[in-house]
Amino acid sequence: MIRFWQKIYAKNDNIKAYSLLLPALILVILAMASPMLLTVVTSFHTQVSMIEIDTTLTFDRYKDFFSRPVYTMLLVRSIKISFFVTLVTLITTYPLAYYIAFYVKKNKMLWIVLMTLPFWTSYLLRVFSWKVILGHKGVINSALIASGMIGEPLSFLIYSQTAVVLTLAHAWAAFAILPLYVSLDKIDKSLLEASYDLGNTKFETFWRVTFPLSLPGVIGAILIIFIPTVGDYVTPQLVGGTDGRMLSNMIQSLFGRANNFPLGAASAVLMLLSVSFVAVVVTYITRKVSLRMS
Amino acid sequence: MYNKNNILFFYAIVYFAFLYIPVMLLPVFSFNDAIHMVFPLKGFTLKWYDQMIHSSRLHRALMNSVKVGVIASIFSTFIALLAAKAFTKYKVKLRQLSYGAILLPFVIPEIIIAVSLIVLWTGMGLQLGLVPVTISHILFCTPFCMLVLISRMEGFDRNLEEAAMDLGENAWGTFWRVTFPIALPAIVASLLLSFVISFDEFILAFFLSSQDQTLPLYMWGQLRFPKKLPHVLALGAVIIVATSIIVMLSYWLRNLGSPSDKKSNIGGI
Repeated sequence: MIRFWQKIYAKNDNIKAYSLLLPALILVILAMASPMLLTVVTSFHTQVSMIEIDTTLTFDRYKDFFSRPVYTMLLVRSIKISFFVTLVTLITTYPLAYYIAFYVKKNKMLWIVLMTLPFWTSYLLRVFSWKVILGHKGVINSALIASGMIGEPLSFLIYSQTAVVLTLAHAWAAFAILPLYVSLDKIDKSLLEASYDLGNTKFETFWRVTFPLSLPGVIGAILIIFIPTVGDYVTPQLVGGTDGRMLSNMIQSLFGRANNFPLGAASAVLMLLSVSFVAVVVTYITRKVSLRMS
Repeated sequence: MYNKNNILFFYAIVYFAFLYIPVMLLPVFSFNDAIHMVFPLKGFTLKWYDQMIHSSRLHRALMNSVKVGVIASIFSTFIALLAAKAFTKYKVKLRQLSYGAILLPFVIPEIIIAVSLIVLWTGMGLQLGLVPVTISHILFCTPFCMLVLISRMEGFDRNLEEAAMDLGENAWGTFWRVTFPIALPAIVASLLLSFVISFDEFILAFFLSSQDQTLPLYMWGQLRFPKKLPHVLALGAVIIVATSIIVMLSYWLRNLGSPSDKKSNIGGI
């Protein structure tokens, strides 16, 4: 019997491969898929008292979510903020990735390491640092006042959606630089020369050749920045103020002080659904555009 | 054609400053002889470092973080090594699906993974604490380790393994005497990087740890109190320097012994 299985095992690469993949798949199923499934189920329950949950299935939590304007507003705002974070990060890092890919000749690796190093240093402290920079008594305000340029601190710097976007664009820069750089660096330089030989200007070459070929990197950056930042908690908490509060801050209180697991679960489910929807749409549109361009 | 571009170079320098100034600010103020973080700087002092060294709650949080980080990095690297092996050696059926499934925890908003684990954990009647934190960190680090390992294992010559087999090594011997030594720098890099990720991770720990604080949670708790702030800055400065060294080391390891034309191999991240 054992021989029989050994024979099958030796012959079938798929079984071999999946026995190697087993621990990783078990991990994903036990620690991610089943908890998430349970969360979906919980979103159809009702919190009766502090500890008691009525497990009769109902859509009421979703009705609750959409009947209270603040929830919908926070969801829309979270998506809006993430959209701008992704946009700002892409626009600010693209020239940089372009520069490293095409103009840096020596020590490319060093450039990449230096550009991604800050990403590894404590996320919490980086966000906190922005609070210090933008704060009412912060670095910018105290420096401006000391230099006599302003008398009163500028209050619009912190506790706003702009502050959240700026801080997140800084925190997630590495996730844009790397995929952009990788896709730009792969581009065959002879294609660009061919484009020049055909009489295209530098700008035309960029728009017709370089940019379309870098779109896989752009899509990668969009997905890896847009999806996680929708659920960011620390940044809105530290620099967002009331104007910059996001859905995750609400979810946190539903699982904490407000103690309403089902409504928290429904919020989490809606966050995941809407972010997946936007991600699919964005990828689809970008693919279409890249097909048309090339 | 692409020799110089002063505008882009200038832009790169400006962006570089934008990236580094917020990070460098904390170490600068950690030596400042004042409680509030305002310019101009008052004077040089080491007292915040002294305060940091003598905080027993900080020590406990540090030990918790190290415990979680070491266990999470070992488990995630091991799980990722097996998966990387499967993806680089075999033509796996449903490759995209399983690859995507394993990478998913890295992309999904952490808060969703965190609350789902709360629902599961409390649903099973278990106490939150460092155990669910560690599990969530293993889940979060594994995709990352896998990318690091795959980028290394894709590069090397499969003939070496076949040669070992032909010379009479069994599968285990081949793995142990050929594959493992070749992948070793990447394995160490994966251990180091996943440790850094776990060590810095805030959201999962924030939701799942209950009473047992990890270091980021300790810092979070102190940020609210202005008087406690300076010693958090000192701690932050130490963390920044230590993680930078670890990350540099792991980048160096990942390029160790790879062919020179693949020196800029940064696959995955």
